[in-house]
Amino acid sequence: MSMPSPATNELDLRGTAPAPVFDPAKALVAQATRGYWRTVLARLLRDKVTVACALLLLAIVLLAVFAPLLAPADPFKGSIMQRLLPIGSEGFLLGTDELGRDMLTRLIYGGRLSLVMGITPVINALLIGAFLGIVGGFMGGTVNTLIMRTIDVFYAFPSVLLAVAISGALGAGIFNAMVALTVVFIPPVARVAESVTTQVMSLDFVEAARASGASNFTIIRVHILGNVLGPVFIYATSLISVSMILASGLSFLGLGTKPPEPEWGLMLNTLRTAIYLNPGVAALPGAMIFMVSICFNMMSDGLRAAMDVTQ
Amino acid sequence: MFFYLLKRLALVIPIALSVTVVCFSLVYIAPGDPLSTILPSDASIELIATLKKEYGLDKPIPVQYAMWLSRAVQGDLGTSIATGRPVNAELGRAIFNTLILALFGSLIGFSLGLAFGTIAGYRQGTWIDKSVTALAVTGVSVPHYWLGMVLVIVFSVYYNVLPAMGAGPSGDWMWDAEHLKYVVLPAITISVIPTAIVTRTVRALVADILGREFVTALRARGLTDRGVFWHVVKNAAPTSLAVMGVQLGYLMGGSILVETVFSWPGSGFLLNTAIFQRDIPLLQGTILALALFFVGLNLIVDLVQTALDPRIRRA
Repeated sequence: MSMPSPATNELDLRGTAPAPVFDPAKALVAQATRGYWRTVLARLLRDKVTVACALLLLAIVLLAVFAPLLAPADPFKGSIMQRLLPIGSEGFLLGTDELGRDMLTRLIYGGRLSLVMGITPVINALLIGAFLGIVGGFMGGTVNTLIMRTIDVFYAFPSVLLAVAISGALGAGIFNAMVALTVVFIPPVARVAESVTTQVMSLDFVEAARASGASNFTIIRVHILGNVLGPVFIYATSLISVSMILASGLSFLGLGTKPPEPEWGLMLNTLRTAIYLNPGVAALPGAMIFMVSICFNMMSDGLRAAMDVTQ
Repeated sequence: MFFYLLKRLALVIPIALSVTVVCFSLVYIAPGDPLSTILPSDASIELIATLKKEYGLDKPIPVQYAMWLSRAVQGDLGTSIATGRPVNAELGRAIFNTLILALFGSLIGFSLGLAFGTIAGYRQGTWIDKSVTALAVTGVSVPHYWLGMVLVIVFSVYYNVLPAMGAGPSGDWMWDAEHLKYVVLPAITISVIPTAIVTRTVRALVADILGREFVTALRARGLTDRGVFWHVVKNAAPTSLAVMGVQLGYLMGGSILVETVFSWPGSGFLLNTAIFQRDIPLLQGTILALALFFVGLNLIVDLVQTALDPRIRRA
């Protein structure tokens, strides 16, 4: 029965893509093909949408990294005389915000915190979740039950609610927001890692390795990691887009960074009062979040397709 | 089915209990004293001790949990530190308003999702399918709180046809035309994610079912398209319903961002207040209510799905 079960349809904000189903045939092909990563890269480069999204993201990241060199103005310096100028004003390409600060500059600087706050939780969750899932899948039995039942508890909370609950209880702040999002993303990553590990463990080559005297360490390092990390990594990339939206969402609620720090979600919040005076400028930070989020989604889909060698 | 029901109910109890543990422990991951918000900074030690006693904060943590749980089971979620009113009283209307918003949102999301998904599934590989898929990716990528602002800009600022804030003149949701206007924009905003996800699910299901051998067999037997469609519906229904049920739960729990944008007087708005006034009992109560609602909904979805699809029972 190949119909997607509700378990793989964890289509919450937290998992916008169904968990990759492990297919032993593909894994074997992946291992046997020489230059697998080169094939993947070549396929990625042929995918125009993925390349375009990657270039756009690269541009936004480079702008954020080199913001002090590239931004036209000071992100903190405003002028009461120049508040809420429209897009395309003299000297202010994208207008000014409610305190008269240059929007273009603040959008460029805003990428720094927004990207870090969106990507870091996914990296943390990937490391911790993959560890928990692989250990659970490898050990099996009580250890697995213990890990997976604990993770089930977090599934009892809708992801936005969980993120808001944790960061709300911890109090506003960048670090707390990232901790909250990490906690939100560990369970789905661990579930994917556990299910793929369990499937790999049941395959003949693991049995063969054990019979030929391979140690647990070797089996984990070669057979488990080699086959599990790929699907788990692809799954994690599909979480970045959600994480960006949630991280900026927490800032939007006032749970992330504090003014006057430039961050897209927070800028969107402080500009809310300006929608009657200058709607174009007020919508800009959200457009940035949207652009980055859709690019990450497209890239994740592209990567998934490129790594699926049987296609 | 009866045994399945029992088994499923037995599984829900530990989950519900762990949810209460998580909600209870929110107090302890919160920095500072839970009383610090209501106490003046120069409060005397006696006053602090009295208040601690009053709120039960002088007891060991497991005892506090047991006390809190036994009260919660009886429907007493404590007193809001900020307003001094029972948390229950605050929760009632707010949850109701959120439920109304979530129901309207799912109504839009599920109808659009079912329609788009079915069409795309039937027209697999065509430009219609590709546009629907692109729409679905856009739907899950758009920050919905921003979309809400954009809708306000278009429909309230430029055209001035729909209200931008609140739930209507009475301050709460009511069943009349005047209040219906207030729910339109937040409901559309909140429906974007379920629309995208239901579309994706239904599209995948329909495409998968149409490719099965039994469909070819049905066609060979001379069934019309309408006859085949009935079989598609029957086979796609259990999974689609499950996804939609879970989405309703996510809308209930995840509405805080949209409620903030539209100042909708629901549970998300309440959470916001609780967080910024550091009102931990209110925070705990709201999260507990929403999470338990979600657990209950998942249970119902699971049972309905099992009732519809005998294959799950056998598995």
